[in-house]
Parts: sequence; C-alpha cells; structure tokens
Amino acid sequence: MSETNNFDYRIPLQNGLIAGVVALSVSVIGMVTLLAQRYLIAGWLTLGQVILFMAPAAMSYLAAGKAPQNNRGIALIYGFLTGLISALPLVALILLNEVIDLRQFLPNVSPALIEILTFGRGTVAGSLFLIIVTSVLGLVAAGLYLLPDRIRRPIFSGLIWTFFFGMFSEILSDRLRTFFGTDFAKLIIESKALRPVVAVTIFIVTASLSVLWSRRGDKVKGRMAKMDTKSQNRMRYGLIIFGITLMLILPLLLGTYLSEVMNMILIFALMGFGLNIVVGFAGLLDLGYVAFFAIGAYTMGVLTSTGDLGVAGMSFWLAIPICVAVSMLGGLLLGMPVLRMRGDYLAIVTLGFGEIIRILVLSDLLKPYIGGAQGLLKINKPVIVGIPLIKPDQFYYVALAGCLIAAFISYRLSQARLGRQWMAIREDEDVAEAMGIRLVNTKLLAFAIGAAFAGLAGAIFASKLTSIFPHSFNLLISINVLCMIIVGGMGSLPGVILGALALVGLPELLREFAEFRLLMYGIVLIVMMLAKPEGLWPSAIRKRELHVHDNEDYEDYPEAMAPRAETRDPGLEGPSHL
Amino acid sequence: MAMLEVQDIHAYYGNIQALNGISLTVEEGEIVTLIGANGAGKTSTLRTISGLLPPRKGKITLEGEDLLKYKAHEIVYKRVAMVPEGRGIFARLTVAENLDMGAFSRDDKDGIEEDRERVYELFPRMKERITQVAGTLSGGEQQMLATGRALMTHPRLLLMDEPSMGLAPVLVESIFETIQEINKEGTTILLVEQNATMALSVADRGYVVQTGEIVLHDTAANLQQNEMVQKAYLGID
Ligand SMILES: Nc1ncnc2c1ncn2[C@@H]1O[C@H](COP(=O)(O)OP(=O)(O)O)[C@@H](O)[C@H]1O
Ligand SMILES: [Mg+2]
Repeated sequence: MSETNNFDYRIPLQNGLIAGVVALSVSVIGMVTLLAQRYLIAGWLTLGQVILFMAPAAMSYLAAGKAPQNNRGIALIYGFLTGLISALPLVALILLNEVIDLRQFLPNVSPALIEILTFGRGTVAGSLFLIIVTSVLGLVAAGLYLLPDRIRRPIFSGLIWTFFFGMFSEILSDRLRTFFGTDFAKLIIESKALRPVVAVTIFIVTASLSVLWSRRGDKVKGRMAKMDTKSQNRMRYGLIIFGITLMLILPLLLGTYLSEVMNMILIFALMGFGLNIVVGFAGLLDLGYVAFFAIGAYTMGVLTSTGDLGVAGMSFWLAIPICVAVSMLGGLLLGMPVLRMRGDYLAIVTLGFGEIIRILVLSDLLKPYIGGAQGLLKINKPVIVGIPLIKPDQFYYVALAGCLIAAFISYRLSQARLGRQWMAIREDEDVAEAMGIRLVNTKLLAFAIGAAFAGLAGAIFASKLTSIFPHSFNLLISINVLCMIIVGGMGSLPGVILGALALVGLPELLREFAEFRLLMYGIVLIVMMLAKPEGLWPSAIRKRELHVHDNEDYEDYPEAMAPRAETRDPGLEGPSHL
Repeated sequence: MAMLEVQDIHAYYGNIQALNGISLTVEEGEIVTLIGANGAGKTSTLRTISGLLPPRKGKITLEGEDLLKYKAHEIVYKRVAMVPEGRGIFARLTVAENLDMGAFSRDDKDGIEEDRERVYELFPRMKERITQVAGTLSGGEQQMLATGRALMTHPRLLLMDEPSMGLAPVLVESIFETIQEINKEGTTILLVEQNATMALSVADRGYVVQTGEIVLHDTAANLQQNEMVQKAYLGID
C-alpha cells in the first residue's frame, strides 16, 4: 500500500464500486423489488432497502478502517466518498432506463424497482436523493467505525435486534394477539411491521442491555465463580430445570405454525448430531448422508402405512427401533467397502451412494413396494395412551425426544474412549493405527451411529408428513446438514442446534426468500467463513486449532525457508536442557 | 535369535516398487541405523515393519514370531513403536493428551504412570508444557513429544524415522543424545536417517539403502571408514 498518512483515492473508489456493483446486482436480479414488499418498520424501512443499502454501508465501514490511523478526517471522507460512489451504478441504471427500456434485457428492471431506487421522486430529483442517502449512510458508517468499541458494540446489537424483531413482526404479532389480545398486538405491530416507536424502543432497550452486560457481565461471572460449589450446583440445577420446563412448554408459547417450524429444526438437528459424529468427530466427509435419512423414512413408511403399500400396519413406536436398525445396517454395508478410502475419495463415493438410493427409490424396480414417484402414503402417526399426536404442537414432543437422545448419546461418546479414538483418527490415521486403534472398525462405528441418527430422523420425518416422495430425499439435504454443522461449529453439540436454527429455522420463516434462498445461503456461508470460520459455537478443540494458527510465527517454519528457526525459539537454549 | 529379522522384503505402492529385497537384522539392545538418500526406501522399510505397508514378498519376524500376520493396530501389542517421519503429533491435542494417546493400548495404570514420569525425566521441557497445544510447540519440541508418545507404548523396539529432519544442529545433537539414553535404558532402536554422520556416531551397526536395496552392511565404525560411504553420505572426499 502507499504511504500511511496520505489520502488515497483508490480506497473509496474501489470500495464504492464494489458496493455499487453489489447494490446494482441485487436490484437487477429482482431481490430488492421482491423484498420491498416486506416492511420492517411500518412506513419507514423495507427489507428490500436493507438489502439494497447493506453493501454501501458495509463497504464504507471497511473503507474507514483503511484510513491512516488517528486521522479521523480521512476516515470520514473515505466513508462519505465510498457511499457516494456506490450510488453511481444505480444512478446509471436509472438514467439509462430513461433512454432505453431496459426491461427487454433485464426483466426485473421494473417501474417498481425504479420507484424504489428514486424514492418515488422522479428521475433527476430521485437520483440526487439516492446519492445523498448513500453518501450520508457512508458517512454514518464511517462514523460508527470511529466510535470506541464500548459504544459501537451496543449500537450494533441494538441494530441487529431491531432488525431481528422487524423480520419476525408478522409472527410476533400473531403471538402477541394470542397472549395479550388484538388491541395490544396492534399497539406494537402495524400492518405486519414494527411501529416506528416500537422499533426505537427495541433499539434503545437492547442497546442498553448490551451496555449493561458488558459492564456487569464480568462481575456477574466473577461472582458466580466465587460461589461455593453448593450454590453453584443449585444454580446449575436451577438452570437445567428451567431449560427442561422451557422445552416442555415451548409449543404452547410457539403456537401451531412455529411448532411446525420447530419440528423441522429438531429433525434436522437430529440429523446434524449424526453427521457431526461422522464428520465432526471422526473426520469422514460423507456427502451422501441423505441416504440414511431416506432409508429410515421409507422403512417407517413400509412398516406403518395403512395404505396399499403398507405391509405390517405396525405402530409408530414398534417401527422406530426397526427403522434405526435398518439404517444402521445400511451404514455398515456402505461403510465396509468405502471406509478404506481417504478424504476426497470417500466424499465422492458417499455422494454416489446418496444418488443411488434416491434413484432406487424412484425406480420401477422398487415401485411395487415403495410407490416410486407416487410416493408412499398414509403413514402412521405416533399414538400415546390412545391420543394420536397429529398436531404439530403435539408431534413436537416426539421430535424433541429424538433430538435429546441423539444429543445425549453424542455427548457421552465424545467423552468416552471411542471419542478419543475418533479424534486420533481425524488427526492422523497412521499414527492412530500405530497407537493400537483399529481404523476400519472405529470408522465403521462412526458411520453406523451417524446412519442410525439419520434413520431416526427419517422415521420421524415420514410420520410427521404421513406421506413421503422421492424428491424429498435429494442431495440438498446432505449439503444442508453439512452446512449446518459447519456454520454451527464442527464437532460442537450446541453448534448443531445453532446451525439448525440458522439454516433451517430462518429460511422456513422467510418464505419470500424462497426464490433467492440458495443465493442467500451462499452469501451467509461465505460471510460466515470469512468472519467466523470456527463456527457460531466452536468446540473446545476447534478453538485450539485456531489458536495454533494464531501462533504461527512461534510454530515450526518450513525448514528449507528458515533453516535456523529452531535457534530462534525463545525457550530453547541448548542440548543440556533436553 | 535376532530380535527383529527382515528377510528379502519387496513392497509396492500400487505398481511402483519401493523395496526390492531388503534384508536386515536387529539384535536386542542395539542401535541399528538405516542410512540412504531421499527416496531410497527407508520410510517404506519402517512402514512394512509397523504393518502400514504390507509387503508383497518376504518375511519379518520378531523374536522368531511372524510379524506380518499382525495388522498395523496390533503391532503395538508386540511392543514395537514408531516415531513417524515429520513427527505426526496430534496438533490439536495438548502435550499431556498426546502422551495419553500413546498409552491408548495399555490398561496397566501404574506402568503408564511410570512411563510418563520417565518421559518427563527424559524431556523436562514436556513437563513444563503439559497443557500446551502440541501444534504450537517448536519443531524440536514436537520431535520430543513424538518420541515421548512412542515411549508411552512401552516398546521394546523403537522405530525412528529421521528424528533430526529439519532441526538446527544444536538440537540434532541433543536428539541423538536422547536416543542413546533411551537405548541405555533398555530399548532397542532401529534408526532411519539421512544425517549419516550423526547416525553412525551413535549406532552399533548400519545398513546403507539405495533404490530399495541394501547395498552395504557393517559395523558403524567400519562404515564410517568406508570410502563409498564417506563419499556419498558423509561428505568426505
Ligand atoms: N505413498 C506413496 N505412493 C507412491 N510411491 C511412494 C509413496 N511413498 C513413497 N513412495 C516411493 O517409494 C520410494 C521409497 O520412498 P521412501 O520409503 O519414502 O524413501 P525414503 O524414506 O528413503 O526417503 C520412493 O521412490 C518414493 O517415491
Ligand atoms: Mg523417508
């Protein structure tokens, strides 16, 4: 880079153009228009606008960070210019659209989009207004960067929480109506968006809470650490009881729709726990994980269906252990030939296996037994003491039980001898073997347990839907579960839950996104990997791995490049110390 | 009877032949070194002994017992341990956890504790760094840890693959001192090295490998005097 204390025009230019191109892209592909239909703050802010101005704000913030240190003026100017420049591609779009009808080439450049971009003020005034808005935004973002951490942090958490509540205002409104009546709900929510006063209140409250927590949080933690073990235990039990109670009454709080979403989250989390054992614990990249989900689901279907294809008309509870066993067997059968392979080969072979199962399910060969494309219908629901668990808020308890069992088994395994064996294999297969660990058996166990969890998830899934079709068991499920555990944090059990909430729960709640779901998905993954590669809730071991990289200059050098690296080691003085 | 007897081993990676009739013996209590250039087949020889590379032809016996009938994970129960090339420590585990992994095959608690103490005596630095994550150790310390972990299996025969690789001269010397110390305490050692000077200075006997074959075999002292060895491996003209 250039001299440290000078204004460098390339920084705002570069950042501004990047932001401008991103803003242009989200506009041209129709995202802004579509999402503009959803208001976050009634009459003030739409989701479309957030998407549109996200990049300019972020790039201005980053530009301010590239300014010479201690030169606030330049930082502000960088932010301002970045914002200004980022509007130019959009303005070009608006003006060009005046001259030629861009809609012939870009179907999404609709009058509605232009209306949004110009804030309904006509071409010239609107363009100017747009430039002013992004410039001010850039200036504000840069100003935010310059604020000290203790002020910036609360502002960020305030913004994020307000955004969060805004996103879910429709559901929030529904819940408020149920618990506090229509009048109260209307006080908070206006036509599916937060009232401005409410938005400001949420911002102030969450920001203040964040301030409080950063001031008092350490003290509270310190006080807790100082408590004697007896009260610590009491506290722990209190938390556990609170957690269990919350889990039990959750469907009452959530209502039917959210319970349904929660059921999907739990089913995916259950699969996540399984894949976490295979990939996170044992380090075996399995891309065909959906196969075991399908095996579990179809086994449940065949065993319990009361339709033409049902063979046994079994009850859900009787069928469950059989589904788990069959999937586990599937895991063993697939595992035996493929687990001798390593890394990439394993990934490809499992990928193939996933496809084979999907094609088999669709095939004419198995059609007489499992229905082919017509699917398998009339699958039994679980019945407890004569009550069929039909509604989502009843079925919730089945999914929850499955998930808790998987979490418990995962936790115990991670602490057990087997967990250590997996860890060793993941780190170095040859050395693990030389330490006396049976490679193939240990891997097979991981595979089989992972498959069993997926089978359980599949069985619950089939019973939840009561009918299953081959297209539900595609590669995307495997990818989705894998992304879930990456985003949550490889090998981390709380991470699995967080990953499921983020990658299954959120999309389920953002149905307008459907069209752009994969795009959003990709963006979230990239941002995640850049910002927090260890995942939302990394396991203790993963944290260490990053610690290893942090200490790179202390670590071993490639010897050819730094032959005397050893002697620089501060702790090593000579042979007498060995 | 020799402790380890390797007879006419032929080993392949797919179709690539790595070993073309290697034979060697190691007597109890000895340090035997296997020297040779890069790619000569030193690592492959150790891999066949430790069960990681089953040979196509040949015989390996440990105190008369056929070793080839055991799989890699069973060799440790025959009390043969390997310190792999490039150390192969578990980078994300701590020093203590790495040593624990070494004792994975054992359940004699007292014996394990004894060996742990022995490792810490041999490498006081490891004791200082018990809770440190192994990946953050320096190269020399990683070599100590890999050696310590192998000792935790309580081996009679220790296979070491280029322990001096990539270490600064001072550290190389101390590593070789340690090797002698381990040997004095009763562990037989088969030492693979490119650093022939150091290896021959601590070994009793040596073998020279070239392209998968043993081309020379003698006492270490004689090899040090051998013209061909001096020229090719000791850098003496
Ligand atoms: N994994 C492998 N795949 C194919 N060839 C290998 C592999 N490992 C070693 N070789 C070949 O086997 C021969 C012996 O290698 P190696 O035993 O590693 O030699 P050294 O340890 O003496 O440097 C070399 O020609 C090498 O290229
Ligand atoms: Mg080698």
